[in-house]
Amino acid sequence: MSPEAAAATPELEVVHGPRAIGGGRRRFVDLLLLTATSNFRKAFFGTALGYAWSLIRPLLLFGVLLVVFTRILRVGSGIENYPMFLLFNIVFFSFFQETTNVATTAVVAQEGVVRKTQFPRLVIPLSIVLTGLFNLGMNLIAVLAFMLAFGIEPMWSWLLFPLVLLPVMVILTTSVSIALSALYVRRRDVGIIWSVMSMALFYGSAVLIPLTYATGIVRDLMLINPLVPLFVQAHKWMIDPDAPGLLTVADGWWHLLPAALIFVGVAIWSLWFFNREAPRIAEEL
Amino acid sequence: MSGETISLDRTGSDDGGVAERRAERIAAAPVVLEARDVHKTFHIPDQKIQSFKERAVHPFRRQHFRELRALNGISLEIRKGEFFGIVGRNGSGKSTLLKILASIYAADSGRIRMAGTMAPFIELGVGFNPDVTARENVILNGVMMGLTPDQARERLDAVFAFAELENFKELQLKNYSSGMVVRLAFAVMVQADTDILLIDEVLAVGDASFQQKCADVFHGMRDSGKTVVLVTHDMAAVETYCDRAMMIHDGDVIAEGDPDEVARSYYRINFEEAAANPEAVAMSEDALNAADASIDAHTELVEAELLDEAGDPISNVEQGSPLRFRALLEAREELRNPVFSFLCSSRNGTHVFGFRRTLTHDEDEFTVVAPGQRVELNGTVANPLAPGKYVLSCWISRDAERGEVAFQAVGLAAFMVYGGGQPLGLVEVEAEVEAHTIEGDRA
Repeated sequence: MSPEAAAATPELEVVHGPRAIGGGRRRFVDLLLLTATSNFRKAFFGTALGYAWSLIRPLLLFGVLLVVFTRILRVGSGIENYPMFLLFNIVFFSFFQETTNVATTAVVAQEGVVRKTQFPRLVIPLSIVLTGLFNLGMNLIAVLAFMLAFGIEPMWSWLLFPLVLLPVMVILTTSVSIALSALYVRRRDVGIIWSVMSMALFYGSAVLIPLTYATGIVRDLMLINPLVPLFVQAHKWMIDPDAPGLLTVADGWWHLLPAALIFVGVAIWSLWFFNREAPRIAEEL
Repeated sequence: MSGETISLDRTGSDDGGVAERRAERIAAAPVVLEARDVHKTFHIPDQKIQSFKERAVHPFRRQHFRELRALNGISLEIRKGEFFGIVGRNGSGKSTLLKILASIYAADSGRIRMAGTMAPFIELGVGFNPDVTARENVILNGVMMGLTPDQARERLDAVFAFAELENFKELQLKNYSSGMVVRLAFAVMVQADTDILLIDEVLAVGDASFQQKCADVFHGMRDSGKTVVLVTHDMAAVETYCDRAMMIHDGDVIAEGDPDEVARSYYRINFEEAAANPEAVAMSEDALNAADASIDAHTELVEAELLDEAGDPISNVEQGSPLRFRALLEAREELRNPVFSFLCSSRNGTHVFGFRRTLTHDEDEFTVVAPGQRVELNGTVANPLAPGKYVLSCWISRDAERGEVAFQAVGLAAFMVYGGGQPLGLVEVEAEVEAHTIEGDRA
């Protein structure tokens, strides 16, 4: 070998083994975007109706619940712009519910990749969150059109959705998704447990009726759920500026402390847990 | 390097010093892959608790783990441009080592260092997602190897052309046949153009044309100075391609260095263990019993065994090493002028060779073995046998009444000859044969 060729040989670098992240930032981002777009394409070009399906589902759910809450239970009748409140909340919650449920099985579903390559493990659940975000973005365009058609005037507070509500929701969804995807590798009934739990959360997150309808202990318990503040604030910022804000509903900021602690705790724990599990995922599969 | 004459067979007798030059070049090259004292133990649950439900139903059940020590401190150093083989039996730890080198498994302790980019090819795949199209899989894989998405897209045509799958780019991988998937994976690996390739067991699959393609690719890799680590069972591949090899057995390196030597130790271990398993023992007994033919049961076999150089009993013989044996017979009846005809047959009954012996005796003396007397047969026989299974038997004849001869056949040993290469017959002979073109005689 010529001296030049020898000099061109890169230095020996320590190989760290499989990890949650790793292999360079650019590679991580490229893999994340590619995986997310291929998930998206798979979901929307694989079926005859394609993208329409992702909108039809929340719309059908919306139709059924609208009839239940305005015609049968008559709770919704007293709420300003109730149909739009309901539609927006369903679409927003669906992002959380669908993303976390798909992410649960994602690492196991990508077995071929995990067992045969040094694919940065965290890319897998993150790509599911990203696909969910694409989806939410598309659905929100449709919801916005409905809202304008329904006569809701555009408000400056709408801007707080992408600035405050969405980031908080994305962090929470991501934390839950990565924790579940790693947990599912060890315990396969996590999938079933979570599908039931996320359904329970749907009824316990002030998605269907504003939190003001709950009182006393029920309201205090619901406030522990870190999703609840998002929907309380979404009601005020997106649908009805006269609706009570979070601090009013909570009756003091300290009532929000448990939810804040859970939010931060889940975020930190899930990252720690996934990072701990990542090196052994290929063996556990 | 491209201008160099390439020897297709490293073991070829006259390659004009190419092999020597290659060895010198590699010896002078820098180390690009290094493992130091790598340990790996798997904890295998006796009864895996797969769900929270099981955990809830049996809250106090302790999970018991069996420790499987896959690697007990493996070290290796591979130089740039080297073709390195890792061999071992199933479960020896060789694939675990490769997966650790490829960052798929984490080592418990030890250090791996690598220079340059690396592409793994493991269990006939490169990590495809069956639910997306072949095209997307190839791009994703390119990015995984460190390319930018644009570079990966530029490479697409070359990959599909190599795999001969140009018409199936947009097909989801789950609709590919298994052969197509392997072809695509192989093409991705070949086109990845990384500095180091880690390949686990690829040669044994695919049709003849795919195998030929693999062979061409491996020759190409050797010639173009790629660093390749090949994990395989195929000793012919090790002997043909590898500059150096290592044999792992129960997590330890038991041989390292010259590929031919390593291949031989692979055969030795493989057949020793195969012979120890009950099925093989039963087979040997069947073969021996089949060799017994009792037309005239006048002799009883007391014991018979094959021996190694040190005189210890063995059941398998390395190709080329002499057959040493010892047998003890006991006469039931008087044996007059007995003749012992030794016969070596292949397992399907073909006689390979044989020779006759009579009792060593003084001249002018009748040779008679009295009833109850014992005869010892022992000696060494040159071994021209090609690898395979054989039976050594002995036909004992004696002069019967009225000038007739009575025979009895006794199976002495069923054994296996182990060695490399694919035999073209039952025996291997020295052959000084050359093939060459004749100058100036072109039509």
